[in-house]
Amino acid sequence: MVEVAALRGVEVAYGGRKALGPFDLALPAGEIIALVGPSGCGKSTALRLLAGLEQPGRGEVDRTPDRGETAVVFQAPTLMPWASAAANVALPLTLAGASKQEAHARAGEALARVGLGAAASLKPAQLSGGMAMRVSLARALVMRPKLLLLDEPFAALDEITRRRLADDLLSLWTETQPAIVFVTHNVEEAVYMAARVVVMSPGPGRSAGETRVDAPTPRPAQFRTSAVFRDAAERVSADLERAMAQNTPP
Amino acid sequence: MRSPAPALGVVLPPLVLVLSLLGAWEAFCRLLSVPVYLLPAPSAIGVAVGEHLPLLLQSALTTLWAAFEALVWALVGGALLALLGGFSPMFRRAFGPLAAVIQVTPVVALGPLFVIWAGLDHPSRALTALGALVAFFPIYSGLAAGLASADPDLERLFDLYDASRWKRLTHLYIPSAVPHLLQGVKVGGGLAIVGVVVAEFVAGSGDSQGLAWRILESEHQLHIAEMFAALAVLGALGAGLNALLNLCERFLLKTWRGR
Repeated sequence: MVEVAALRGVEVAYGGRKALGPFDLALPAGEIIALVGPSGCGKSTALRLLAGLEQPGRGEVDRTPDRGETAVVFQAPTLMPWASAAANVALPLTLAGASKQEAHARAGEALARVGLGAAASLKPAQLSGGMAMRVSLARALVMRPKLLLLDEPFAALDEITRRRLADDLLSLWTETQPAIVFVTHNVEEAVYMAARVVVMSPGPGRSAGETRVDAPTPRPAQFRTSAVFRDAAERVSADLERAMAQNTPP
Repeated sequence: MRSPAPALGVVLPPLVLVLSLLGAWEAFCRLLSVPVYLLPAPSAIGVAVGEHLPLLLQSALTTLWAAFEALVWALVGGALLALLGGFSPMFRRAFGPLAAVIQVTPVVALGPLFVIWAGLDHPSRALTALGALVAFFPIYSGLAAGLASADPDLERLFDLYDASRWKRLTHLYIPSAVPHLLQGVKVGGGLAIVGVVVAEFVAGSGDSQGLAWRILESEHQLHIAEMFAALAVLGALGAGLNALLNLCERFLLKTWRGR
C-alpha cells in the first residue's frame, strides 16, 4: 500500500523535557487513524510533525504530499473574524495564487458540500459553533488534500452536533478518500471515526497499543450499538487505562 | 429594540450629578458673594457663552480643524512606521525605544521648540505638528500591537500553505490589527486636541485663533467668566470628539466582524 506520510522513531523535546517519542506511525493512503491519549501525551505534537509545521529532534518524518495537499483542522474553528465564510474557505486557494473567481466558485462548492451553501456571506461571529466548524472543514477540503489532520476538532461542540459532524466527515471522506489522522481524547469518537485507533501514553508520548475497527466507512446505522464497536471501544479503553497507570504518581 | 429604561439609566446618573454640582456651585457663589474675577457663577458663565457664541464657535472650529489635521498626520506616520515594523522585526526593535521616548516626553516641554521651528508667522504649523506628535504614539503602538496579535493557529495555517510575507501582511496581520488601530485612533484623537491646545498656549500670539487663544485673551483682560466660557466649549469639544470617535469605532468594528 502507498504511504502518504510516516513518522519513524521521532523524538521531540521542549526546553529539555522530552514530550514525544520515540514514536512510529505510518499512514497508508486513504486510511483513517485516530490518536487517543490523555492531555500531554504528544498527540498534537505528532500532528504538527505530520503537517510539516515542526521538525523532530531525532528520527525522520516522511511526507509525500506537495504544498497545499496537507490540510489541518484545529480544535477551534480558527476562522478569520473579518472575512465571510466564503472568503475563509477560499483562503488556501487565495494563498496558492488562484484567481478571485475560481477561488470564490470553489469555496462556494466546498461550503455546499458541508451543507452551508446559504451561509457563504456570513461572518464567523454570525455562525454557531457547529457551523463555524463546518466552515473550517470546508476550508480544509477545498484543496482536495491527500492528508487531512484533525486536532480534537469537535471537542468544543455539543454531543448531537459532534455526532452529526462525525457522520458528515466520514461521508465527505468517501469523495476523495484522503488519509486522515484524527486526534481525540474520546474513546467512542475514536472508534467511530477510525479504521485504526492508536493509544498513546503520556510523558513522553509513546504508542501504547493499537486497535483495528473492522467495519465499513461511513458507519452503518446503529453502529454504536454493534458488537464490533463495543469490543473495539473496550480494547481501546483497556489500552488507555494501562497507558495512564504507567504514569500515575504514587 | 432596546427598551428606553436602560438608556435612561445610562443618561440620568451623570446628568443628575452635573446638575447638582452646578447648583452647589451657583449657590456657593451667590451665598458667599464670591467676586466674579475669582469664580463666576455658572449662570454668569452661561451668559458669557451666549454673548460670545459666534467667536467661541469659530475658535472651536479652528482648534477642531487643527486637531483633525494633526490626527491625519499622526495616522499616516504611525501607520507607515508600524507597517514597516510589521514587515521588518529589525526595524521594529530599532524604533521601539525612540517611540517610547516620544511618548514619555511631556508635550509642554516640546512646545517652544515646535513654535520656533514653525516660525512665528506660522503658529498653525506648530499646532498641527505638536498635535500629531502626541497623537502618534497611541496609533503607532496600537497598530504595532495589533500586527502582532494574529491568532497563532491562523499563523500556522499560513505556514501550512506556505504564504509569502506580503500575503501574511495583507491577508492576516493588517486585518487582525484593525480593532487595535481603531482603539489607537480613538485615543489619539483626544490627545491631538491636547497637543493643539498646548501648542497654542506656547505660541500665544500671531494668527492662531483657537480656543486656547480665547482663554489666554480672557486671562489677560481678567474676563474670568469668558475664560470659563472658553473652557466649557473646550470641554464640550473634547467630549464631543470622543463620542464621535467612539461611535465611528463601534460602527467600523461592527462592519469588521459582521455583528
